[in-house]
Amino acid sequence: MQVNENFEPVIVAFCCNWCSYAGADLSGTNRLNYPSNVKIIRVPCSCRVNPMFILRAFQKGADGVILCGCHPGDCHYTSGNYFTRRRITLLYSMLDFLGIERNRTRLEWVSAAEGAKFAAVMNQFVEDVKKLGPNRRLEDLRCRKQ
Amino acid sequence: MQEAMIKRAKELLADGTVNRVMGWKRGEFSYDITPAVFETAEELDAEFVCDDLTQANVSKYLIKESRKEGKILALLKPCDTYSFNQLVKEHRIIRENVYVIGIPGGPKIDIEKIKAKEISGILSVKNEDYTLKIETIYGTETMPYYEAISGKCENCKSKKHVVFDELIGEDGDVLESNRFEMVEKLENMTAQERYDFWRDQLSKCIRCNACRNVCPACTCENCVFDNPKSGIDNKAAADSFEENMFHIIRAFHVAGRCTDCGECSRVCPQNIPLHLLNRKFIKDINSLYGEYQAGADTTSRAPLNDYSTDDCEPSIVHERGVE
Ligand code: SF4
Ligand code: SF4
Ligand code: SF4
Ligand code: FES
Repeated sequence: MQVNENFEPVIVAFCCNWCSYAGADLSGTNRLNYPSNVKIIRVPCSCRVNPMFILRAFQKGADGVILCGCHPGDCHYTSGNYFTRRRITLLYSMLDFLGIERNRTRLEWVSAAEGAKFAAVMNQFVEDVKKLGPNRRLEDLRCRKQ
Repeated sequence: MQEAMIKRAKELLADGTVNRVMGWKRGEFSYDITPAVFETAEELDAEFVCDDLTQANVSKYLIKESRKEGKILALLKPCDTYSFNQLVKEHRIIRENVYVIGIPGGPKIDIEKIKAKEISGILSVKNEDYTLKIETIYGTETMPYYEAISGKCENCKSKKHVVFDELIGEDGDVLESNRFEMVEKLENMTAQERYDFWRDQLSKCIRCNACRNVCPACTCENCVFDNPKSGIDNKAAADSFEENMFHIIRAFHVAGRCTDCGECSRVCPQNIPLHLLNRKFIKDINSLYGEYQAGADTTSRAPLNDYSTDDCEPSIVHERGVE
């Protein structure tokens, strides 16, 4: 596939309030760079993200969706992220089964202390999605910009 | 068998064990067998049918029926007992209000497979020693029984009744089936091929909602797809995204609860192989979280209501199989 050098993907990152969102904040206060392509949506816990949110993000123009939560065992609500892990594994597997490029979806555990990890994860994810080009398989034509 | 069922149903009505019978009767066409409730012996004699064409799983009807006055008799094939059990587990069916008779399963005959042989004007279908004798307005046709076997019976997973109060006929065993064959085949295709396969299939969907309406796992009082704010309520999809969304979300909602009863694929007027989506989830659940058969019992925790601290990470999806 031809890679468009100028393609700037839209990335939606769902971040749980207690760890990953704080991690993103830390990454900011430490002046670490992460791409402006990443649009963060704060959720109370990673398990607040229902599969519809992820599909909606793709519908409305995301080229990649990443979900971030506290490390397993550290969820503010004790076990939320364990449920997230099963759900999201099955959902991503289903998207893959339908032929949606598997690198458009990701899940990472980022703690409040991991500002550097947050930046690294986002940089890597943006790179990976860039390689894939725009989301065409799970887009809604009516929402396409330009 | 049909005679035995009518006889026993009449006895149970007469001795007051039940006041209604959940069964089937003929619809507009003689081969259109549809679920029906009977209240008297006369009605049973006149209309009750349970033959080779009787495929419908009646468990979903029992959600409402089990909330009415008195007990109802339900005749359940082995596969239907899984759906029934699952609904009992989810507190949807009130078990005490249903008297369950386990009846033999298929293989059942699918009228669509007969019509697909360009046999039309069908008046009746009879099974004579595993040859189907089909009376039509143009004369009599025959075809081998096994060529008309219903899709949902092709990969039968169990002849065992997981719940019953009594049986008519014999109980069987859980079977070894190769029901994941097609899922595996798809998994081994490239992402582009899978995408093309599903586009071909899902673009046929007319959003009649029959799959949802028949599904014994889809029992929500208010379905997301009826929400006028969803933008996709009860209308034909305007974009491929909506087709994907409906099918991904519906399959996801029944993941871990779908018993693989096959009703969704059976009723789809567009012949979309919906069971492949459900079986993909079942296969993943079995391989990632341990063998699980929804409806097999009423006490175990459903895989998506459960977790283990050493579950795999979602990245496993990225690591295995074909990209
Ligand atoms: S039954 Fe078939 S056509 Fe109807 S909504 Fe379901 S998949 Fe679409
Ligand atoms: S999704 Fe299909 S196979 Fe599964 S329970 Fe519902 S109707 Fe049956
Ligand atoms: S599609 Fe989902 S919300 Fe609708 S009835 Fe089925 S399980 Fe319930
Ligand atoms: S609060 Fe962070 S994953 Fe639950």
